[in-house]
Amino acid sequence: MLNYSWLILLFPAAGAVINAFWGRRLGRRGVAVVANLAVLAALIMALIMAAGVRSLPAAAHGRYELTLWQWIGVGDLQVDLALLIDPLSVVMALVVTGVGFIIHLYAATYMKLDDEHHPLDARRYARFFVYLNFFILMMLTLVLANNFLQLYVGWEGVGLASYLLIGFWFHKPSAAEAGKKAFIVNRIGDFGLALAIMWLFFLFGKSAGSLGFHDLFAQLETLSAQNSPALVGITLLLLLAATGKSAQIPLFVWLPDAMEGPSPVSALIHAATMVTAGVYMIARTHPLYEMTPASMTAVAWIGGLTALLAASIALVQTDLKRILAYSTISQLGYMFLGVGVGAYAAGIFHLTTHAFYKALLFLAAGSVMHALHGELNIDRMGGLRAKLPRTYAQFLIGAAALAGLPLLAGFWSKDEILYITYQKNMPLYIIGLFTAFLTAFYSFRAVFRAFHGAPRDHHLHDHAAEQPAGMTRPLWVLAAGALFAGLIGIPAAVGGLFGVEHSHLLEAWLHPVFANVQTPHLPAWWELGLLGASSLIALAGLGLAYARYVRQAGWALRLQRLFSPVQPLLEHKYWIDEIYMAAIVTPLRRLARFFYTFGDQTVIEGAVNGLGRVTAGAGVAVARLQSGVVGLYALSLLLGAVGLLGFFLLFG
Amino acid sequence: MDLTTFPLLSLILWLPVLGALALFLFADARSIRVTALVVTLLDFAASLLLLPRWTPDGSMHYQEVLAWAAGLDFRYHLGVDGISLWLVLLTTLLGPIVVLFSWRNVTENVRSFFFLLLIQQAGMLGVFLSLDLILFFIFWEFTLIPMYFLIGQWGSGRRVYAATKFFLYTMAGSALMLVVILLLYFQTGSFNWLTLKEAGLDRTLQFWGFLTFALAFAIKVPMFPFHTWLPDAHVEAPTAGSVILAGVLLKMGVYGFLRFCLPLFPQATAIFLPWIAGLAIVGILYGSLTALVQKDVKSLVAYSSIAHLGFVMLGVASMNEQGLSGAVLQSVNHGLSTGALFLMVGMIYDRRHTRLLAEFGGLWRQMPVYSALFMVVVMASVGLPGLNGFVGEFTILLGAFRVNPLWAALGTLGVILAAWYLLAAVRGLLHGPLDNPANQHLADLDRREVLVLAPLVLLFFLIGLFPALFFDKITPAVELLLRDVGPVIGR
Repeated sequence: MLNYSWLILLFPAAGAVINAFWGRRLGRRGVAVVANLAVLAALIMALIMAAGVRSLPAAAHGRYELTLWQWIGVGDLQVDLALLIDPLSVVMALVVTGVGFIIHLYAATYMKLDDEHHPLDARRYARFFVYLNFFILMMLTLVLANNFLQLYVGWEGVGLASYLLIGFWFHKPSAAEAGKKAFIVNRIGDFGLALAIMWLFFLFGKSAGSLGFHDLFAQLETLSAQNSPALVGITLLLLLAATGKSAQIPLFVWLPDAMEGPSPVSALIHAATMVTAGVYMIARTHPLYEMTPASMTAVAWIGGLTALLAASIALVQTDLKRILAYSTISQLGYMFLGVGVGAYAAGIFHLTTHAFYKALLFLAAGSVMHALHGELNIDRMGGLRAKLPRTYAQFLIGAAALAGLPLLAGFWSKDEILYITYQKNMPLYIIGLFTAFLTAFYSFRAVFRAFHGAPRDHHLHDHAAEQPAGMTRPLWVLAAGALFAGLIGIPAAVGGLFGVEHSHLLEAWLHPVFANVQTPHLPAWWELGLLGASSLIALAGLGLAYARYVRQAGWALRLQRLFSPVQPLLEHKYWIDEIYMAAIVTPLRRLARFFYTFGDQTVIEGAVNGLGRVTAGAGVAVARLQSGVVGLYALSLLLGAVGLLGFFLLFG
Repeated sequence: MDLTTFPLLSLILWLPVLGALALFLFADARSIRVTALVVTLLDFAASLLLLPRWTPDGSMHYQEVLAWAAGLDFRYHLGVDGISLWLVLLTTLLGPIVVLFSWRNVTENVRSFFFLLLIQQAGMLGVFLSLDLILFFIFWEFTLIPMYFLIGQWGSGRRVYAATKFFLYTMAGSALMLVVILLLYFQTGSFNWLTLKEAGLDRTLQFWGFLTFALAFAIKVPMFPFHTWLPDAHVEAPTAGSVILAGVLLKMGVYGFLRFCLPLFPQATAIFLPWIAGLAIVGILYGSLTALVQKDVKSLVAYSSIAHLGFVMLGVASMNEQGLSGAVLQSVNHGLSTGALFLMVGMIYDRRHTRLLAEFGGLWRQMPVYSALFMVVVMASVGLPGLNGFVGEFTILLGAFRVNPLWAALGTLGVILAAWYLLAAVRGLLHGPLDNPANQHLADLDRREVLVLAPLVLLFFLIGLFPALFFDKITPAVELLLRDVGPVIGR
């Protein structure tokens, strides 16, 4: 059964090719059917693979490898294109194809209009779905890779898809610039991945004979001590790559701009799937990180600080999609925090629940945006609850899950990360808990500002209308996920209350992958106490948002005034874009111009021309050459060659 | 017909010359074009015949030896191995492509143009096939002549200046090479490459021999700081000339290093390798940065060639299996992707007669087929995995890492910059609003233009996904080279 797993790549590839060549002839309906069927088929394949992994013999350690063909073979560098099918890659494949399919469904309706709400012609409609299917192909290539180099294929492939889709409305300069920025910033991360791969090959490649994950990990036993400098270097380079793809400090700056892409793109690529690739990679390469506690600490701190930084920026943003973008960065920070403290399963758990509720939020925001003819500023919304009842319900469910309100999906997964962090790193736990408070606050700030209260722009409000069923219906599936996906990871302490053993289904499923990782545990009552603390924090955030934005309570307004000095700092996102521009981009451009005008045109040209003049002074013949009689020179060269030949023939 | 004794290499080498002469049988432009196309296609087909019976050992295949003069060891000696094989195929593939590209846009002196193209092709093939140093030198120098006229007669702007500069620059580089060839002869009594590489030349001769040869080759590649002829020549050359320049002529420099500098002067190689690596890295970074500030797309592509060839030379300087095999493959890759870039810039130029980025923007709306293909070509050029450029770049960088991780790290910075300058070109040409009235009625690619690009794009994917097909033949030759040279330089 598993030996047909390659079909999961073939389906989206076929979808992309068919729509690329025949999309215009198929028409919009045909294009949508082809693209959706391709992802649906891949989803079914992922389910079959999950069943296949379940029924693997115990000796296989839940792992099945399928070689497609020999890719690069030069000397001792031997790399295959091959699939690694194990519980971790199957979870990722399910998230990618599952959430991906829902988003494809939504997009089939959403993309009938262009960014100016004119009908989108079949050619461009087809192009969108070609890119979307191509993305699914590349994301599956990434998560199903059995070796580092193929991971890199997917890694850069999804980057290309992201670039093309961010810039889908390329006639808008802002969209075109955002796409370019995303690609280049990601390439800085890819620099880390490429070097890490070379370094790994340098260390272990000869003995491992490949770049396969498990072939390389098997060589780790040859290292005696933890934190060997080479391995710390490798894991930090991998971390650099992860900060690019997953928008963490210092490379997160591309993700907010990426919101220039159509909403389904933001949902699929820049929330649910691609941006989680960094988390996935660290989980996948955890044997390396387990050997380098120093790098683990770096991962955890980058995650924790990014979570806090992004959440603080999200507090003051007024663009609905940008709020969600910063919240995505912040949530990815939690996932980094999770894998950084060794809670790999918890990190993947949060990745999964986040995929549901964040995709839901982005698509609901897309519905709002369509209803308001492109308006995304929450300052101009208000009172949309009555106009868009279904969208309101969906956005509310997503926001509640994001805020970590008790029993919803985000609550369980975020809390599991905090639970492990509490035991491993107290400062980060406090940061994480405080960020949870901010998260609940900004989530409900968005809900209240957009949907509650009186409309602030009557023209917009009067023309708002609920979106067609093609868009609202698929969202209920995501909403169900945001409500109930947490059930796959109920902590044992809670399960114990109900007499359920092994209540954490996901952890049990992933056990073969993380079997050798020790997760510490506290007594059940302690864990329940921490759950309670998280609940209270989330409710406090919700309460503050309610007091400030619904009740307009005097104390809440005074509290806001208290913080008004830092507001500009947050509104300008700590000026990080500006700092990068001034510290890196502009100096590089100056250097480039200096090289070109001074280096090329003055120094080197000057030297060459000077040399030419010196030689020219040496003889009239050369001077004539300088004046452009090269044809003669060419002829004399030919004659010279013939003469030389004759010389040898006669005297040789 | 017995293929083992059939002079296949001579057929490949002289067919374009015969074709060039055949052009004089016709008076009308169309017959001339058709003849040129048929000849180049036949030449490509002939070169494909090299593949089926190829035995994957590193040796010289299909050798032909013809003694020229009694008592003198100057011979007509041809041969092809895994290092030259793909360069020969690249040359013969680009032949029909540039002929087809020039179908409509060359209207003056049609016969002379195609005549020059064909003898240019023969000259370059001679460079890759010659195993006798004098024969090699004759072909090497000969290739300058048709290119000089192609740039000078059919070029644009400052074409005479550019052609002269190209000629003098590269001529100056190789003048001394002949002296060394003669010195080698006086010391060993042979012009034969196979004999010379076994001869064990003395240290001084190796030192000076390496320097002279390397100067000629470094100018041709071109390596920093010998590169300033290239932007002028590339920019002013007609598209067909740019494609051949970038696609094949530059590779003659790389090939020269691999075929002559390394095996003939191994001790000197050991001394100079770090310098080559250093200049290669400077070339990567310098070329990438200067590409970034170009206002003319064609000079952007020209400067990007300096960066790309920097990668190739970094592979050469690594002197291990990955570095050298990667350098050979990347030479071919660069020929395909930069060739395609020049063709695509040419297609725009044919329509608008300008190449300034500021004149364009939003072309995707008007020319979707062009734009999609341009995107693919750009991605091949920035080394997107799955396409050809990645395979070459990665193997080169891996080879470099094994020698010195810093080389690889600096080289990899060039990969970031490549994305920057090429996406800036995409941004300038294809993205943004279609606001220049002159662009609002541009026609998308016609069938002929798609046909010109299609083989290149197919090869991007073929090499990117199945590079083993190519490495299988390259690596044994590289291993043979390393067996000879490796011990001398301690690798």
